Amino acid sequence: MTQRPHIKLELISDPTYLCGARELVASISRRLGFEDMDCSKIALAVDEALCNVIRHGYNRAMDRPIWISVWPVDGDAASPGGIRIVIEDEARQVEPDKVKSRDLDDVRPGGLGVHIIREVMDEVVYEKRTPVGMRLTMVKKAPRPVEPPALSEKRCCPTVMTERAPGRVR
Amino acid sequence: MPESDAIVEVHSPRTGIMVVAPKSDVDLSRSPELRQALREASDRRPDRLIVDLAEVGYMDSSGLATLVEAMRTAKSTGAPLILASMNQKVRAIFEIARLDQFFTIVDSVDAALSV
Repeated sequence: MTQRPHIKLELISDPTYLCGARELVASISRRLGFEDMDCSKIALAVDEALCNVIRHGYNRAMDRPIWISVWPVDGDAASPGGIRIVIEDEARQVEPDKVKSRDLDDVRPGGLGVHIIREVMDEVVYEKRTPVGMRLTMVKKAPRPVEPPALSEKRCCPTVMTERAPGRVR
Repeated sequence: MPESDAIVEVHSPRTGIMVVAPKSDVDLSRSPELRQALREASDRRPDRLIVDLAEVGYMDSSGLATLVEAMRTAKSTGAPLILASMNQKVRAIFEIARLDQFFTIVDSVDAALSV
């Protein structure tokens, strides 16, 4: 991914701020055409990813950096488009193929985050960053082609009028 | 913190029944308070423990883990744990985690009282 993200947020690894990240992601997803329930699920996937970084990557240290980047994904005849979200950190590295969901038939507390992320999102890729940290790339496809917000909607929400159709990623 | 600002309220509408009611979203920053409230309610050895989720608009897997832990404790003590007034978004999270069949889920606290 070479193109600049349309949104990039840096936060510290303090669970207090999970709510802000969720609201941002849900709000952007809504503007990109996702239904309310899907927006909530996308926010859940991001929340779970952040929780995993905080708990396992940073061992609950609350002052370490996490970056969330967001791109809209254009649709075409073969694909409905959607949203791409990348979460990066400077946390302890793990082998990407070791990041797996657990057996859900074993009902016990914990270990559900990776399952939820994979269940909600259409594409999920874990990678090691260079030289430190991990990168999680998640894509959710829209149920219908993503369209730029209508002009009347822009008038209602001037803070998001900078959204641009050109330059979207595929 | 004044009592009215409590993140989780606990009350007993009837003898032997404890109702634990989170007053906000339950995520990694808030699930410890819910866990503590559930433990304290369970320590009072109720006949039935009801978790009123009417004011929970969002829950993540830390909240699910907290409720699974409470359910395990409830099973060990023989006191049913019932989840009440869960909204559709929270219910979807239970379904994604395939925990909707593990819990008794009812529409309201009144329904939980009559189960």
